[in-house]
Amino acid sequence: MSDATQSGPMLAADGTPLKKSLARSLRRRKLRALALVAPLLLFVLLSFVIPIISMLFRSVENGIVSETLPLTVVELQHWDAESGELPDEALYEAFVRDMVVAVDAKQHTRLGTRLNYEQTGMSSMFRKSGRQIKRIDPEADGPFKDKLIEIHEGWGDVDTWRVIKTHAVPITNGYFLNAVDMQRTPEGAQAQPEDKRILIKLFGRTLFMSLIITGSCILLAYPVSYLLANLPMRASNMLMILVLLPFWTSLLVRTSAWKVMLQQQGVINETLVWLGFVADDARLVIINNQFGTIIAMTHILLPFMILPMYSVMQTIPPYYTRAAKSMGATNWTTFWRIYFPQSIPGIGAGSILVFILAIGYYITPEIVGGTKGVFISNRIAYHISSSLNWGLAAALGTILLAVVLLLYWCYDKIVGIDNVKLG
Amino acid sequence: MKVTKTTLMAGAIAAVAGAASAEEMTIVSWGGAYSKSQLKAYHEPYSEKSGVTILNDDSSAEAVAKLRAMNEAGNVTWDVVDVVAADAIRLCDEGLALEIDPDTMLAPAPDGTSAADDFGDLLVSECFIPQIVYSTTFGYRTDLVGDTPPSDVCAVFDLEAYPGKRSLEKRAINNMEWALICDGVAKDDVYDVLATPEGQDQALAKLGTIKDNVVWWSAGADTPQLLADGEIIMGSTYNGRLFSVIEEQKQPVAMLWDAQIFDLDGWIIPAGLSEERQKRALDYIMFATDTQRLADQAKYISYGPARASSAPLVGQHADLGIDMAPHMPTDPENAKNTFLYNYEFWADYRDDIEAKFQAWLAK
Repeated sequence: MSDATQSGPMLAADGTPLKKSLARSLRRRKLRALALVAPLLLFVLLSFVIPIISMLFRSVENGIVSETLPLTVVELQHWDAESGELPDEALYEAFVRDMVVAVDAKQHTRLGTRLNYEQTGMSSMFRKSGRQIKRIDPEADGPFKDKLIEIHEGWGDVDTWRVIKTHAVPITNGYFLNAVDMQRTPEGAQAQPEDKRILIKLFGRTLFMSLIITGSCILLAYPVSYLLANLPMRASNMLMILVLLPFWTSLLVRTSAWKVMLQQQGVINETLVWLGFVADDARLVIINNQFGTIIAMTHILLPFMILPMYSVMQTIPPYYTRAAKSMGATNWTTFWRIYFPQSIPGIGAGSILVFILAIGYYITPEIVGGTKGVFISNRIAYHISSSLNWGLAAALGTILLAVVLLLYWCYDKIVGIDNVKLG
Repeated sequence: MKVTKTTLMAGAIAAVAGAASAEEMTIVSWGGAYSKSQLKAYHEPYSEKSGVTILNDDSSAEAVAKLRAMNEAGNVTWDVVDVVAADAIRLCDEGLALEIDPDTMLAPAPDGTSAADDFGDLLVSECFIPQIVYSTTFGYRTDLVGDTPPSDVCAVFDLEAYPGKRSLEKRAINNMEWALICDGVAKDDVYDVLATPEGQDQALAKLGTIKDNVVWWSAGADTPQLLADGEIIMGSTYNGRLFSVIEEQKQPVAMLWDAQIFDLDGWIIPAGLSEERQKRALDYIMFATDTQRLADQAKYISYGPARASSAPLVGQHADLGIDMAPHMPTDPENAKNTFLYNYEFWADYRDDIEAKFQAWLAK
């Protein structure tokens, strides 16, 4: 009787409240699950997430100026960049003290390279001045203003100090401004001169061409996938091998093969001339332009479209179409009303794959794209490996990543990401 | 007794491990025929002499970025790296390459001339040890240029006399200089003119006259291939590549030795190596850049040795048996009208002009 009237919480067998006991066991299970995935999680975190974040962080990080010239940066605060007059002796003295330390640590040329991205000539100015400043004793050899200007006339140019002051901030928006064809100036953000604007155009071109490539992949992959899914086993296996074969061939080989095919003395043009369709002196220009990039990349990315489509189409039960036909639907109605809607998840999955891969491509556009068919990734590669302007490369990469995420979000809103299947 | 045995074994293992790591070094170069010439001329004799095993890594094209990444990670795995002079200057500025003292770290010439004098002006950076002089010049199809083969570089800009496609490298460097020379700027004034925005516009305008007829290349192998296919009638590339098209593959191609642009390729030693590895790298450099070794490399590839004292020692091609001296870009017959790449200028102006050039290309 007493059990029925008890008003306290329900107890587990060991006397603790059931709710608490349940929570504890759930927590234990979660911890165990976490412990099981911990190695993988840690691996992904260490080898993927952290490097990417640290790379992205470079797009705003700009500690080099204030670290290399700490005293100068403090003095520059007191100098009015708008005055049009050179800074006073105190700043030159601070600069010499900073430079002596920097030259000793061989940091001055790095700073020169950094500032040369903003103003042409800084690189050699720092390199040449470094050799001379090494011999100056900051305690005894003052005053320094005239001495420095004698070493390099650039130190007597107001613009030099304006540039240093503009870029002395430890966190900068300069790289992002550069990435969208603007620049950080003492007067705030301004557009780049017209003859240096290229990046926005390349972003636009990358997106536009990736869409075209995705579209042409859909058109070509759909019939192939349909055949793969509906032919008898023997034939479809054979076809599958043909789809996968290029997959196992090196990307460079495939791209170079397109060069041989498409160039003006290439296979296609030769054949057309031989057949008399094209005059010998009016051969088609189908490589080293956008067309070449689209053809080569469509071919290279095609398997990424075919495979998800095929695996989705395989799951479409054939009796739906048979039922539709038995009720009097035409072939077209059957396809368009019954079959096609069921294959959409495959198209969605393939499109996302192809589009995201296409946006980041750079080897193929570099080889077959000429001047009009190159992508933003080609500039990123240039800034990573040639100009060493990793800040700008990181800013470009960050923008590209943001654009992809944005498009993904739009896709989710319009089509719905649940509506994507890989099989 | 047992303890002693274990200690001995541990000692032996440590010694073997130590020896193994002491016997290896990684040398980075460009791959292909060039790496092969280094293997024959430098690596094999050096391994024989010192017992050091040399591992090749064909990463020179990305060497600057990779070295920077290795340096930031604090784990430099390369011992000696082959780079072009412009990259060496960049690496030196970034503090990624070791500064070299030519008097103590490089071998003097056989006649006692100091290394600094023997290399002369070619020591363009404190960190750079020159190895070869190569030139970027034009090759043309002998069967496509008609009765008067081109004799000067401005033929490239002459669409009337030489109609057809030409190939140029997809970057500003070299092309801007050629454009100005052919637009009437005196050779000595080229870089002064190019330093001004007007001069840059002038060069781009001149390039604009042939823009529709240019195939832009980004790999050194492109032009030889395009020439062999008859896709272009003339194009710029490295002289060694043209040598192999002409002499080894016997294609109907000839070389234009006019306004060829001299450039240098050589070694750097990465900064931040352990003392032991640095010593080994320096020992290799001392051997591989002496007079005889530099001359030996010319037996395998048609690039000129960077030492003045090596030039008279250049012999015959190892396989073809032809005299190599007339194929050197430094040969007096070939070097009548040359142009030395201005490193200082391009270190300053590269970012700026390259941005303009790429924007112009995309237009």
